Amino acid sequence: MRGKAHVYRRNDINTDEIIPARYMVKFDEREMGKHCLEDLDTDFTAKVTEGDFVVAGHNFGCGSSREHAVWALRGAGVKAVIASSFARIFMRNAINGGFLVIEAPNADEIIKDGDEIEIDPMAGEVRDLTNGKTISFQPMPGFAMEIIESGGLLQYLKNKG
Amino acid sequence: MGMTITEKILAAHAGVDSVEPGEIVDAKLDVIMCHDVTTPPAIDMLEKNGMDSVSDPDRIVVIPDHFVPNKDIASAQLNLRLRKWVKKHGIKKFYDVGRNGVCHVMLPEKGLVKPGETIICADSHTCTHGAFGAFATGVGSTDLAAAIYSGRLWFKVPSSIRVELSGELPEGVCSKDIVLELIRMIGVDGALYEVLELTGDTLPGLSMSARMTITNMAIEAGAKTGIIEPDSVTEEYLKARGVEDYEVVRSDADAQYSRTISIDVSCLEPMVAFPHLPSNGRSVTEIDEGEVEIDQAYLGSCTNGRIEDLRIAASILKGKKIAPGVRMLVVPGSTEVWKQAMSEGLLAIFADAECAVSSTTCGACLGGHMGILGEGEKCISTTNRNFTGRMGHPKSEVYLAGPATVAASAVRGFITDPRRI
Repeated sequence: MRGKAHVYRRNDINTDEIIPARYMVKFDEREMGKHCLEDLDTDFTAKVTEGDFVVAGHNFGCGSSREHAVWALRGAGVKAVIASSFARIFMRNAINGGFLVIEAPNADEIIKDGDEIEIDPMAGEVRDLTNGKTISFQPMPGFAMEIIESGGLLQYLKNKG
Repeated sequence: MGMTITEKILAAHAGVDSVEPGEIVDAKLDVIMCHDVTTPPAIDMLEKNGMDSVSDPDRIVVIPDHFVPNKDIASAQLNLRLRKWVKKHGIKKFYDVGRNGVCHVMLPEKGLVKPGETIICADSHTCTHGAFGAFATGVGSTDLAAAIYSGRLWFKVPSSIRVELSGELPEGVCSKDIVLELIRMIGVDGALYEVLELTGDTLPGLSMSARMTITNMAIEAGAKTGIIEPDSVTEEYLKARGVEDYEVVRSDADAQYSRTISIDVSCLEPMVAFPHLPSNGRSVTEIDEGEVEIDQAYLGSCTNGRIEDLRIAASILKGKKIAPGVRMLVVPGSTEVWKQAMSEGLLAIFADAECAVSSTTCGACLGGHMGILGEGEKCISTTNRNFTGRMGHPKSEVYLAGPATVAASAVRGFITDPRRI
């Protein structure tokens, strides 16, 4: 998968910033997507296009357990988040919902805002096509990949019977 | 090799003899708690997947608390969906408006938390219940849906950090100050994917309410949960709530910890976490009088909305009025807390001090309703998060503190040391 990187060189981007509670009276992905990251960057929803990536520092998705954060990112068109580390509930929510998250230390230093990048989840590589640099990452553990490949936790449970 | 209390609870619920950090287990759940914001999406997913069944209605507890009483038509629709689902599946442990509370204040009050249990809720502050020696953790809506459907959930067994609290709290310092100091020390990701296991000679002197304030904020250090081994204080609380049949689980002497953190609480001062992270803690003694003028003071939430917290604030506000230009909101954490505060005369003290007392709700803590901040406004709050825009406008500011500091600051009109009042 290929797309443009939106880089936020910041740690602790929390779920209140990803989708403020004032929008949590609904849970439609497209609706959520219209307000994605607006308290962090008022221009984000205007800049982002389908298939783009968000790149950030440590502890991405900390705070509230709201899965609305994953839905908002997906609803805005974001295909994956690459961060130095993720908060655990956000990481669970991403896996359970079949949303790709990649833990790659220092990605926010190597990738520049607006760079064209390519992700190869199987090879465990993020390639920055703008500056030619490659970042390796540990692919998700088998159990998480099984859930993602099933299309999410509920489908996984259903398949198991 | 010995196991921690967390490892033992997870092993027992996964039906295995032992577990190790990093292992994935499929564990049986004892309590599945649901509220009005994150449950309707779970119901929606179950319905859309043709999985609209409940594995065991008796293990489900439903407490609408976030946007109640309904703040607008959209939230009314969420609550409507929740009520219909409760009715359809014959869920008996349902506490609607007028009988409700902030879910984490209410669950132990109703005697629904037992040591050794596994508890989940699609709410990050579920870690509160670790104060009773249970494994309690927050999850998302898909996890909640899976839990409702199957009664089980997958967990990656977390490693544990041992937090040793020693000494006695000085006068005017409370358990909120301990947890704000802990988060200041280790940071908002200091316990990422780990458990904060609290121990030490300070604990016997802390009530269950005070302990819950600490475990409540474990998530603010990134922890999977906070946990405290039950003792006589726990047993007394449970006995008073009619909870009898439970098994106490303790960590083995040779259990493994990733590290140990020690805090001598006798040296602590009242703490205030500055915007926009709970880890930005400063001692009140480092804040100049008048340095931070406030527009609003908020007393309530799953962190500090229990009767003890209201008593502390009332003891400061008694016979005084809050400063001109300041609004103080008092939001009892549950219907029971509200009624108790009324019978003790605390509500009258708040009203005489010119505070606005509301019915129970999570309300403004998460920027929901009943006290939203405008541009540039500053609020000192007993809640748990001070992220950008948390209580309203993205350019508003939230300062986190204990009930005494909040009440004292409301009286003075700026953030102040409660021991000066």
